[in-house]
Amino acid sequence: MATAPDPIHQFHIERLIPIEIGGVDFSFTNSALFMVLTVAGAAAFLLPATQRRALVPSRLQLSAEMLYEFVAGTVRETTGTEGMRFFPLVFSLFFFILLCNLWGMFPYFYTVTSQPIVTVALTVLVIGLVVVYGFWRNGLGFLWLFVPRDIPVFILPLIVFIEVLSFLSRLLSLSMRLFANMLAGHITLKVFAGFVVSLGALGALGIGGAVLALITTVALTGLEFLVAGLQAYVFAMLTCLYLNDAIHPRH
Amino acid sequence: MEMEAATALGNLIAQAGKSIGAGAACMGIGAAGIGLGVLFGNFLSGAIRNPAAADAQFPRLIFGFALTEAMGIFSLVIAFLLLFA
Repeated sequence: MATAPDPIHQFHIERLIPIEIGGVDFSFTNSALFMVLTVAGAAAFLLPATQRRALVPSRLQLSAEMLYEFVAGTVRETTGTEGMRFFPLVFSLFFFILLCNLWGMFPYFYTVTSQPIVTVALTVLVIGLVVVYGFWRNGLGFLWLFVPRDIPVFILPLIVFIEVLSFLSRLLSLSMRLFANMLAGHITLKVFAGFVVSLGALGALGIGGAVLALITTVALTGLEFLVAGLQAYVFAMLTCLYLNDAIHPRH
Repeated sequence: MEMEAATALGNLIAQAGKSIGAGAACMGIGAAGIGLGVLFGNFLSGAIRNPAAADAQFPRLIFGFALTEAMGIFSLVIAFLLLFA
């Protein structure tokens, strides 16, 4: 019973507890299980770390403070003091995406952010917030976002059109960046891991190639850990930048 | 009988086209490599000129790296879509 190494099977969604309400599928899937695990992991780290609020922090409290200060510094730098009201959102997004990506690094665990629906949902939340808050705070002055400063009047219509298109493309790019990084990373890992097995099956000559493939797989796993953290940081940073556009639309 | 042979041939051609397209999509990964080289090269030339200011710009470098790498990964996803979907 030999099955070819299949890099796509890891993204298969399985219904762990089938629940159907009125014809709509509300099953508790492996994706939902890992989202619950992400929240549980975040709570298990943050709640004990912030419990004692010592002036001289313990190591655990220090790590939580470093995480807080890292995100708070990013928000304050890009959005200014008024943008600090969005700090809880940005911190939650950053920590959720970070933990979702990291949980997926364990063997046989499912990566929540490797499904486009999850990343699109997060992106719609962010872009929707930007548009709603932009209009609520600035009224129609939010549309000054699409008119850059110091442009000759005769090409202004073209520039505005391009700016609107580029704003709309943020929906696509923000969601697809996170999804594509997670998908491509995990598929590459599985493909190289499959090489280890298929080269090793070739006998004595293949063992050298299998060792090479194993070293590459280990190196790629390290890269994947970097990408997991990096993509969470990039998502949070871009959220801050887009929120800054909502708060200060006139360039 | 001829219809089945025709659709089988059509499927073969479609499969071959998908494989060629997947290979062509990998040119985007090379383009991402060029972009990353430009980015890091410019950062290094600036950092060697002014090492004291280099560390302050490191987060921005990493941010730029992630955005540029994302474009290469987009083309890789197109290749995967063609091969596996």
